[in-house]
Amino acid sequence: MSTGNTTKFTLSRALNEGLRRSLEKDPKVMIMGEDVGKLGGVFRVTDGLQKDFGEHRVVDTPLAESGIIGTAIGLALRGYRPVCEIQFDGFVFPATDQIISQLAKMRYRSKGQLTLPVTIRIPFGGGIGAVEHHSESPEVFFAHTAGLRVVACGDPADAYTMIQQSIECDDPVVFLEPKRRYWDKTDVDTSARVEDALPLHKARVVAEGSDVTLLTYGPLVRTCLEAAEAAREDDRRSIEVVDLRSLSPLDMETITVSVAKTGRCVVAHEAPVYVGLGAEIAARVTEQCFYHLEAPVLRVGGFATPYPASRLEDHYLPDLDRILDGVDRTFGF
Amino acid sequence: MTVELIQLLTPEGERVDNPEYPLDDVDIKGLYRDMVLVRRVDTEAISLQRQGELGIWASLLGQEAAQIGSGRALSQRDMAFPSYREHGVAWCRGLDPMKLLELFRGVSHGGWDPEEHKFHLYTIVIGDQTLHATGYAMGIQRDGAEDEAVIAYFGDGATSQGDVSEAFNFASVFNAPVVFFCQNNQWAISESNERQTRVPIYQRADGFGFSGVRVDGNDVLACYAVTRKALKAAREGQGPTLIEAFTYRMGAHTTTDDPTRYRVASELETWKLKDPIERVKSYLARTGEADAAFFEQVETEADELGKHIREACRAMPDPEPLSIFDNVYTGANAIVDAERAQFGAYLEQFEEAAR
Repeated sequence: MSTGNTTKFTLSRALNEGLRRSLEKDPKVMIMGEDVGKLGGVFRVTDGLQKDFGEHRVVDTPLAESGIIGTAIGLALRGYRPVCEIQFDGFVFPATDQIISQLAKMRYRSKGQLTLPVTIRIPFGGGIGAVEHHSESPEVFFAHTAGLRVVACGDPADAYTMIQQSIECDDPVVFLEPKRRYWDKTDVDTSARVEDALPLHKARVVAEGSDVTLLTYGPLVRTCLEAAEAAREDDRRSIEVVDLRSLSPLDMETITVSVAKTGRCVVAHEAPVYVGLGAEIAARVTEQCFYHLEAPVLRVGGFATPYPASRLEDHYLPDLDRILDGVDRTFGF
Repeated sequence: MTVELIQLLTPEGERVDNPEYPLDDVDIKGLYRDMVLVRRVDTEAISLQRQGELGIWASLLGQEAAQIGSGRALSQRDMAFPSYREHGVAWCRGLDPMKLLELFRGVSHGGWDPEEHKFHLYTIVIGDQTLHATGYAMGIQRDGAEDEAVIAYFGDGATSQGDVSEAFNFASVFNAPVVFFCQNNQWAISESNERQTRVPIYQRADGFGFSGVRVDGNDVLACYAVTRKALKAAREGQGPTLIEAFTYRMGAHTTTDDPTRYRVASELETWKLKDPIERVKSYLARTGEADAAFFEQVETEADELGKHIREACRAMPDPEPLSIFDNVYTGANAIVDAERAQFGAYLEQFEEAAR
């Protein structure tokens, strides 16, 4: 239960507070990654944690992503709960062998005798004017891998609880942080118990509406909320925005309840549309809500190109207008 | 470049003393018995593969000394991370060989309890387990457990993998209690040592800041003594050691491989003279430490083991179809659970039709 101890936190600070709670609560929790110690991470998410919890629990590792995940697996086999930071989305790929071939499958291979409660934090998505490999959305590689759970937080309040839930989860979790929202500030109730929070696998209706369902996650949650606001004022159109939060497994229940109500569905993500999460959602919504649909499920997202140079990223990233264009098109059927 | 090789028993079965590696308490007859029995496991498994009972088998023929010597050097509390050919180490850890056959028959991906045997699951992706071993050793450090160490097994081919270099580096930087045990069996499927490395493998440790040693991998006494010393150093906080066990893969890479395509027969003949079991037998017979009755008894034991393996393998049932969906996640998962229900209903139709 909450006692109403609410503070305004940036998303980065909310994650920091969440990590701090987890470190306090369970002595087996540890943080490892590049520059997570003295520097506090390049986005300051682990700021001050090494000072308070020591170098054995907040570990600056050699600069090797596969090494980070591989040793985290070993630590987890020994009973630890490592939280690994991958500095940027585009740097996760050297670790994908350890993530996909080892981390994801260990429980299955061992017939349930081994569990690997490893959390992998990845700042993801674009919009910060970065050089290449710093703006990618690799979620679908992990969502496609059985044995992993994939979640994305969209605001500071969720960041605070979801990181703690991910660490407590006995399955490996890929935890995606919307890097261009690190500096967004909202109220976070730090006295709220994690046990009372919305379960990690559940989606959340973040804006109610009746005309069309807009599904999204991570950095586009705010954009979609702004789009819904604009549509209400300008077009008198009522958009229901659903923050998926969990990308694997998908909370189809929340999705289908909403689509059955509105009859229309648009999925928005920064990742390329082609073979993206939207494709899976469109297929499932079509199967499960066929007779409720007034229009095909439409997708708004990144293009089938590599992430462009940052002077072009405003064109590449779905913004309010492109999302509303998708919404408009769904009314054209 | 001088290359030193630690050897305590020559191919002719002569003991060589080395003050750095004293051998006071070793049960040589026991090591002999272990090697004979695991060679029998190997022989039976190859036959079972030829008869269609196993999908594939990775033979350890020729590597018995490296595996039994190092495996018997482990204390009960030490943890081993194998590759996929460490049937001899599995034997030392008390794992039922049938568990290995389960994997190669396709009944499971392993499925033994790694903590019960202190023997992790086989790792097929080359070199991945060296990082797991290092991380596990980092956990031992954090637990303050001074009587435990870790051993990571891998081959000469694995030394080309980035993960193995990362493991060396992490282990060195964190001074982790881990022993890297490389069985250099000269061949990574068809690629010889020259294609993997320009320096002797054990010398690579220098560049990472810890010591490396090359041991005669066909000498069970040397493998035992060198591994025991490295494990002791690890437990005492002296960090990692790289052991290169210089040996030879006398068989094919796996039962799907044909080594006649890439190596000459004379090479095998040369290595046969260095057979790891024969030299111990010569030593035991010559010194009178074992008599004919002992060798006969081991043979009988091997025959019984072989019979058991043949029968138990053929009797092994296939798993239930719906077990496909077991243990993907720790709890409920809506996506997997829905597929299980759907596939279950699909199978049910056939059962109903058959009724």
